[in-house]
Amino acid sequence: MTASTEITSIRGLSRTFSRSTMGMIGLILLLAAILMAVFAPQLAPYDPYAPVKVTIDDIYAPPSAQHLLGTDDAAKDVLSNFMYGSRVSLVVGFFAAFIAVAIGGTIGIVAGFWGGKMETGLMRFTDIMLVIPDLPLAIVIVAMTKPSLWNIIFIIGILGWTGTARLVRSQTLTVKERKFVTRARAVGAGNSYIVRRHILPLVLPLMVANTVLVISLAILSESTLAFLGLSDPTLVSWGQMLNYAFTRGAMSAGAWWALVPPGLGIVWVVLGCTLLGRGLEEVLNPRLETHHLAVGKRMIARSGVRGTAVADVETEEWQVL
Amino acid sequence: MLGSRYVLKKIGWAVLTILFVIVLNFFLFRILPGDPARSGVRDPRLTAQAVEAIRVRFGLDKPIINCFQSLNPVEVGDCFVNPMDTQFFIYARNLLQGELGISYHSNRPVADLLLERLWNTVLLVGMGQILSIIIGIVIGVIAAWKVRTSVDYGALIGGLVAWSLPTFWLGIILLMMGSRHFDLPIGGKITPGATYANAWEQVLDVGRHMILPTLTFTIVFVGEYLLIMRSTMVDVLSEDYVLTAKAKGLNNYQILRNHALRNSMLPMVTIIALNLGFTVAGAIQIEAVFSWPGLGQTIFEAVNRRDYPVLQGAFLIIAVAVVFANLIADLLYSYLDPRVRAA
Repeated sequence: MTASTEITSIRGLSRTFSRSTMGMIGLILLLAAILMAVFAPQLAPYDPYAPVKVTIDDIYAPPSAQHLLGTDDAAKDVLSNFMYGSRVSLVVGFFAAFIAVAIGGTIGIVAGFWGGKMETGLMRFTDIMLVIPDLPLAIVIVAMTKPSLWNIIFIIGILGWTGTARLVRSQTLTVKERKFVTRARAVGAGNSYIVRRHILPLVLPLMVANTVLVISLAILSESTLAFLGLSDPTLVSWGQMLNYAFTRGAMSAGAWWALVPPGLGIVWVVLGCTLLGRGLEEVLNPRLETHHLAVGKRMIARSGVRGTAVADVETEEWQVL
Repeated sequence: MLGSRYVLKKIGWAVLTILFVIVLNFFLFRILPGDPARSGVRDPRLTAQAVEAIRVRFGLDKPIINCFQSLNPVEVGDCFVNPMDTQFFIYARNLLQGELGISYHSNRPVADLLLERLWNTVLLVGMGQILSIIIGIVIGVIAAWKVRTSVDYGALIGGLVAWSLPTFWLGIILLMMGSRHFDLPIGGKITPGATYANAWEQVLDVGRHMILPTLTFTIVFVGEYLLIMRSTMVDVLSEDYVLTAKAKGLNNYQILRNHALRNSMLPMVTIIALNLGFTVAGAIQIEAVFSWPGLGQTIFEAVNRRDYPVLQGAFLIIAVAVVFANLIADLLYSYLDPRVRAA
């Protein structure tokens, strides 16, 4: 991170953020998904958890007026399952990302701020964990414990913190050298006070952007585990819908309606998080999005419209604040 | 020339990581719930004697390690047993001899089972990686060159969507389209029961089976590579030496090839190395979808059969392979960029 990371408050972050088209699209996608998850009981035409009477014609029934997206292998309404399925993805994504960022943030700040042997030890451990492939390890642990919702959240969380730890550490290192930290120390402020009042507020915006990206990774991990057969059997999720459809003959029945929607749901939420996260990063760490080979004279004109010039003005303003 | 101190340090860390993986692998399976003997043979009709016999057969009656008879539930044991007679050191000794235990399901040595499938995974992953790296670099360079034009935005959006695709789902969709409209095989490595007149026919058959899995792999990974390549390239192209090169009268192609591409390759090497873990994750999903007889499919089957020795062995082999590949990337990196060695 360079000195351009000057956004010192969540308010400043959201103000500049509203200029990022990509980020706004991501935010809208994500909000829409959250609304669907919250109001699933009101929106869904059927209750996926209610028992149904099944005849052979109800299984993999193609889309019709009663079932807009057809039915699955258990004659359940795919549209209703799809709406309820978003709940698991979002809950796992948010909570697992929260655990991962909490662990990674703590390790990063402790390593970056205290330095010395502590830093060496923590960062070596981070490097080792970074190399160990997550998914096979997650598969092993989930397979051996019960694949309940909270187990899956916990396991994805404790395996996904390495990137955050490295990011937060490098940010802490740059913040630590700033004048106001040295001054605070000179007037006798204690370590925990400095971390709370000076380091954390400057690291936090970056952690927020990182959290959004960690959510998207967690959602992908959850759906992958579910597809491989490791999901909470009592809850409908997108990955589980795909697992059932794939292993129970939707492919040979030509039941595309059981296979396409859950995947699109995952793409929707993950793309939303990715766009939002990248939008936030773009705001926090603006880059000159042009170069010497760019076509025509746009180079000068364009960089003034968006990008560094704007961010510099903002930077000045925030430094005054 | 590589500095030998740097190389030794890197090798030392790789060895340490592998030791950590071995210890983790052993204790994870002893701490987590489920007596392996009981979960391996879940038949309730088994008598207590039969279960005991199985425990002896798999060495589970021995103490885990000095001072601990078992770890789940924690049972303190004799601290003065011969270390070589504890489960941990027996496991370590077996590992040194290349033994990874016996599969609960097929009763075959896990090492044999995994090794015969390892090469199929290497073939698939290698093919997919080469394609996605080349395509990612080409698209990334073009997008960076045409920065802030519709070409660039198209590549950017395409890259982000590809990155967001769940690998297994893309596989399912391609499988559905490929088998229906292009008459491609629905899975496996060879056509069952096929006889080949010559080796070339066999290669062709395997090649046909590889089209869809490789395509899935390539699409998923091209996204990330092109995004990295694009942003690195934009950075490099705004450097002063590019302006100098332009002022000298070099054309765009010369600048891109001789000045920019070389300097953008370093971050790519790092990303490719860091990505190896995700590569493995991708391979597991793709093999599960396409029944490709590799390590990933073995894991998929072992999950459903709760065949723990196979899972444990597969995790170990994958982790060692990733650590090793990372080591190679580190050394390659220091060869490409001598500054790294000084740091």
